[in-house]
Amino acid sequence: MARKESKVGEGQRLKTSLQWLIALAALGSSWQALADWSALNMTKGVTAISREVYDLHMLIFTICVVIGVLVFGVMIWSMLVHRKSLGHEPATFSHSTKLEYAWTIIPIFILIGMAVPATSTLRDMYDASGAEIDIEVRGYQWKWQYTYLNDDPTQEVKFISSLLTPPDEYYNRSPKREHYLSDVDNPLVIPINKRVRFLITSNDVIHSWWVPDFAVKKDAIPGFVHEAWAVVEEPGIYRGKCTELCGKDHGFMPIVVKAVEQAEYESWLAMKQQEALQVYETVGKTWTMAELMETGEQVYAQACQSCHQANGQGIPPAFPSLVGQGLAIGPIDAHIDIVVNGKAGSAMQAFAAQLNPAEIAAVVTYERNAWGNDVGDLVQPRAVNALISSEE
Amino acid sequence: MSAVIENHHDDHHHGPDKGLMRWVLTTNHKDIGTLYLWFSFAMFLTGGCMALVIRAELFQPGLQLVVPEFFNQMTTMHGLIMVFGAVMPAFVGLANWLVPMMIGAPDMALPRMNNYSFWILPFAFSMLLSTLFMEGGAPNFGWTFYAPLSTEYAPPSVTFFIFAVHLMGISSIMGSINVVVTILNLRAPGMRLMDMPLFVWTWLITAYLLIAVMPVLAGVVTMMLMDIHFGTAFFSAGGGGDPVLFQHVFWFFGHPEVYIMILPAFGIVSAIIPTFARKKLFGYDSMVYATASIAFLSFIVWAHHMFTVGMPIAGELYFMYATMLIAVPTGVKVFNWAATMWQGSMTFETPMLFAVAFVILFTIGGLSGLMLSIVPADFQYHDTYFVVAHFHYVLVPGSIFSIMAAAYYWLPKWTGNMYDETLGKTHFWLSFVGVNVTFFPQHFIGLAGMPRRYPDYALQFADWNMVSSVGAFIFGFSQLLFLFIVIKCIMGGKKATDEVWEGAEGLEWTIASPAPYHTFSTPPELPERSMA
Repeated sequence: MARKESKVGEGQRLKTSLQWLIALAALGSSWQALADWSALNMTKGVTAISREVYDLHMLIFTICVVIGVLVFGVMIWSMLVHRKSLGHEPATFSHSTKLEYAWTIIPIFILIGMAVPATSTLRDMYDASGAEIDIEVRGYQWKWQYTYLNDDPTQEVKFISSLLTPPDEYYNRSPKREHYLSDVDNPLVIPINKRVRFLITSNDVIHSWWVPDFAVKKDAIPGFVHEAWAVVEEPGIYRGKCTELCGKDHGFMPIVVKAVEQAEYESWLAMKQQEALQVYETVGKTWTMAELMETGEQVYAQACQSCHQANGQGIPPAFPSLVGQGLAIGPIDAHIDIVVNGKAGSAMQAFAAQLNPAEIAAVVTYERNAWGNDVGDLVQPRAVNALISSEE
Repeated sequence: MSAVIENHHDDHHHGPDKGLMRWVLTTNHKDIGTLYLWFSFAMFLTGGCMALVIRAELFQPGLQLVVPEFFNQMTTMHGLIMVFGAVMPAFVGLANWLVPMMIGAPDMALPRMNNYSFWILPFAFSMLLSTLFMEGGAPNFGWTFYAPLSTEYAPPSVTFFIFAVHLMGISSIMGSINVVVTILNLRAPGMRLMDMPLFVWTWLITAYLLIAVMPVLAGVVTMMLMDIHFGTAFFSAGGGGDPVLFQHVFWFFGHPEVYIMILPAFGIVSAIIPTFARKKLFGYDSMVYATASIAFLSFIVWAHHMFTVGMPIAGELYFMYATMLIAVPTGVKVFNWAATMWQGSMTFETPMLFAVAFVILFTIGGLSGLMLSIVPADFQYHDTYFVVAHFHYVLVPGSIFSIMAAAYYWLPKWTGNMYDETLGKTHFWLSFVGVNVTFFPQHFIGLAGMPRRYPDYALQFADWNMVSSVGAFIFGFSQLLFLFIVIKCIMGGKKATDEVWEGAEGLEWTIASPAPYHTFSTPPELPERSMA
């Protein structure tokens, strides 16, 4: 990637001496990692803000290194020279008012020197006004939902973005590919050079939405909507992670943002709006059992499998088995209800906002007729839609 | 002069009882100190094993040894056990042994309560550890147990965790009251506050911090208990509550808590460096004032743990500035230690090695802490391995190294025998290398973008994670050597003199080695004041 090369080039030009310090500290540990500066330091990122943050980081880092070198230098010199074994006699001084004033007051000025640029950067980061695009970012256990807010509800694009890496890779049954644990099925797509505002919230526990290249990290908290923003200057794929412990699969809900040219963004958005319209239409048609089972299996793998497992056996007691017991072979209304509304006080989420009615109908039908369950009944998307609408 | 006062008319002056009941019923500060120290070492090894499970899993990308559910239980229990089971009881143990001997008191002021405050702990930690075997597993929401993950989404064992925390809090509060009462009432006649050794000073201030914040912790877990079992909604947004309130209350406890785990360490190091530099501690008064300032500031900076929760900018700026201020008194302490070493006549026995390593490595942790206080940069550091590296630098080569320095420094006084110096130095160098190989690379991993509490990670973090895991195993296993050295020292060895160390000053060095079961039954006479 061109971005990476230029980053390495500039990093080397500007900070050769600092690199040497770190490299020396790292010496003898791993030669391989030394070759890659990005494995050692913060990214410069691709927004004006992220570069400001990087410069601020390097400034305070440099100040800290200088202080460290001075203080440790004095101590090491003293340890080498003022030794009993060299016959050094102890001095008798035990205080010096001048010195003590000096090392109380000088640090205050150093701190002010750090606080001034930090304050101005923070003010820039907090000014989320003038947004050209508003995207709601909603955390779920353990995936992200992106909604492109639009005053016209039929134009509103909404989708779930979840991990693409298959379990076989993290259970070491197949080789790990590039972007292991860093790829998603549906990346967030934004145009470059536009002021994009992220409205960040959560549906269950606290998550945190972090894209290092934008220097954006905001907690997604149920009941709150927090703002962050970015103007991305270069097209590219930028990867981030959830950074607040959110349960079992905290490490398995990456973020991928694809920044594209305005024209490409517009055609992508139009396509998504078309898809949304199609979903609307599919909900209205009458589905066959085979169609429901086929779609249901896909939906199950995407939405249910991480807890209830591929074979439906779950991980009791937190994630109960769906095979031959409980609601999966019980009354269908209760089964639909738990998928739509979740179960309070348990890990079972409400899927009404994450899955469309066709997907819910399909997955309920699938669960009732897979793994040896043979209830034989099915539910039409229309019925699920009616249920959700009546509740709203 | 010898301060050991023979007591001719008091038949209570006897040795310890025999057998198990000696330890169960003891009210002797030395026995209780010993109990605390062994308990904390047992917890240190327990929490350490959990750390090794974590590091073994992170040795390579992929899930090899444990599933994510269990990994989260390990990170949670490791944190809780190290904070509440290892570091805090170790400092209380040292306070029990040393405070009465340093101020010329016969015992702690409230001996029976002292017994209770120790014996609560084994029950508290049995309860906490038993959750590992419960249905649904142990607490898995991190040692900071943020709601609603720890309330609506918690495993059933959370209730046992809550009561365990209550018990630990009661123990800490009773222990702290004892320390305060002892220091304020039982000082040898003529010993002013500003004559006290710094270890006593730092513990006095720590005890006040504990009394102030442990009830806050008890409050926050009780609110959780109410949310879980009694239908309240303090922390549930769905019920009109506020998940961020949890974090404010928790960190109002949590930030002073981190100073509770470091202030006594400052006291220990301030005792050891002058001894081995054969030179008076530089700037005693400013050390006391710096400790008090740090303690005060610790109450008004809590939200710097929460820069990403979406506080208004005024809040972010206030907490950033207040946090940066802590660098000033902390800097004063580091400069004072360096000035104490300067122009001294130093030797480097094991306690001194640990003390000097403390100053250098704690300072590295302090400097990364300063970096973390800068809000815009913190957005990139927050909840990554950079934070993990930071707080392990202040806790492991910080608090833990100071506890080891203290153990080596006072072991001859406690046991009457010198420890094996060669083995002690070996232990130091293994620990020093192990700690740095473990935690220094975590700075890189964090800056490169790896979040904390991840059971598995992307491939670009693989190299440094492997290095870090190797370091963790070196550090972990070298602690067995420490156990061996301590046992060997208790069993025998070169007899220690009363003064033990050539340059040591303080009342504890005026009594016999090993310290008799009862000391200072009548108060010692203090040497002429030479304080400037």
